[in-house]
Amino acid sequence: MRKFICIQCPLGCEITVEGEKIEGNRCVRGKEYVMQEMKNPKRVLTTTVFIENAIHPMLPVRSNGEVPKELLKECMKILAGVKVKAPVKKGDVIYKNILNTGVDIIASRSMERK
Amino acid sequence: MKTDVAVIGGGPAGLAAAMEAKKHAKVTLIERNEELGGILQQCIHHGFGNFIFGEALTGPEYAEHFIEALEGVDVLLNTTVLEIDKNKRMLLSGPDGVFEMEAKAIILAMGCRERTRTQIFIPGTRPAGVYTAGTAQRLINIEGVMPGKHIVILGSGDVGLIMARRLTLEGAKVEGVYEIMPKPGGLTRNIVQCLHDFDIPLHLSHTVVEIVGKKRLEGVFVAKVDKNFKPIEETKRFVPCDTLILAVGLIPENELTKKTGIELDSVTAGPVVDEGMETSMEGIFACGNVVHVHDLVDDVSLSAIIAGREAAKHANGEKTERRKIKVKAGENVRYVVPQIINGRDMEEITFYFRVKNEMRNVVTRLIVDGEVRKEKRELIVKPPEMVRLKVKGELVKNANSISIEVKKVA
Repeated sequence: MRKFICIQCPLGCEITVEGEKIEGNRCVRGKEYVMQEMKNPKRVLTTTVFIENAIHPMLPVRSNGEVPKELLKECMKILAGVKVKAPVKKGDVIYKNILNTGVDIIASRSMERK
Repeated sequence: MKTDVAVIGGGPAGLAAAMEAKKHAKVTLIERNEELGGILQQCIHHGFGNFIFGEALTGPEYAEHFIEALEGVDVLLNTTVLEIDKNKRMLLSGPDGVFEMEAKAIILAMGCRERTRTQIFIPGTRPAGVYTAGTAQRLINIEGVMPGKHIVILGSGDVGLIMARRLTLEGAKVEGVYEIMPKPGGLTRNIVQCLHDFDIPLHLSHTVVEIVGKKRLEGVFVAKVDKNFKPIEETKRFVPCDTLILAVGLIPENELTKKTGIELDSVTAGPVVDEGMETSMEGIFACGNVVHVHDLVDDVSLSAIIAGREAAKHANGEKTERRKIKVKAGENVRYVVPQIINGRDMEEITFYFRVKNEMRNVVTRLIVDGEVRKEKRELIVKPPEMVRLKVKGELVKNANSISIEVKKVA
């Protein structure tokens, strides 16, 4: 039997898997999470990139989908070298198809030109 | 300067309160920072808004959603409120100096602040490299500055856990998270995605007993604690590190509330409020973390929407009942918000409360005039996780005694 804690929402369901049987999830997202977690764990990446001419030196960004867990550090290395210029709109694509995952890195907020 | 509703604080509570109040009244939103959003702007991780938006947003995304809805609200940035009097006249300080403002209703939405080293009495020297988690978070996520390379984190609340992951992703080595309690303080999912994912050790029933270093932090002594939280001398050991992050709790920011003479609750450290989020002073409302520290921003926003709506009603001259029935914290309940039911006309009321002890298979109950009027099953209740009980407003409107309790299912 394998035990999981669902990370899809703050409820944090304790889910157990035994053979085909999945128990303890309070919604369908829990089941999907556990199945993905057994196959290939994936996570949303949130971090920052440099931005010029804005109110702050850093722009918060996120992946618009989940990337394989083992690629998180590799993604961080790529994004450490990214520099953008204000203005930026929330949702703007900052880095396309990172590491061929099919996932884009997008701006988490808008920042106007200073 | 005159306004109908003045909202003090432009974080999640103030934003939602202003958004709601402006539907019915002229609103002025006062923020001491250079931009709106409060702490959300530095909380770049995702997981906000699951209950309100049905998706996991980052802090800045969540903030921007509300900021975009503020059209028509007068926003004063770089402005701080110094004083409030009983007639709702305020003294403010802004970029052009000190000025006065008169409001028909005021909403307190100042949020909370972090406990510091001084408040938890860690002995030792005073080197550089000791930060609260929020300061470290601002340095990394907004200023783009790393606070250090070898990190020890004290406290396993959500802020501490989130910072453990963030520091690791940015290339620092987190030596461990130390928690004085026998159970973690944060949400279980954060233990998984912030610590387990990155193999960061969590040391429960442990604390930092001494800070060592001359100019820069050189390390900390940690020790296991006994059941009275007293460090056990034989277990004391040295952990080398250049940075200590303190994630040791939040306190509602109520300097202004106290000075105004508003009644505070000694358990929550926030103002006593009724079901419409009105404080003991007529026309002064409060919402979000200034009332009690929440786990989820969604709940902060929901409390602010109530405060915004009721404050606008007050500004428009609507009279409300003042029955002043106290909500008692019954079995295994540490505190309940709202603390008072005044008998307002409300479709529904959500009681927010925290338990004293962890319990499995329980019912949470609303008792009105000696009778159980609402019951809800919970698989598990834990002291760090807020519990909610939503009831119809009519159940408590004319009550003479109200209490909330948590009972084991037989």
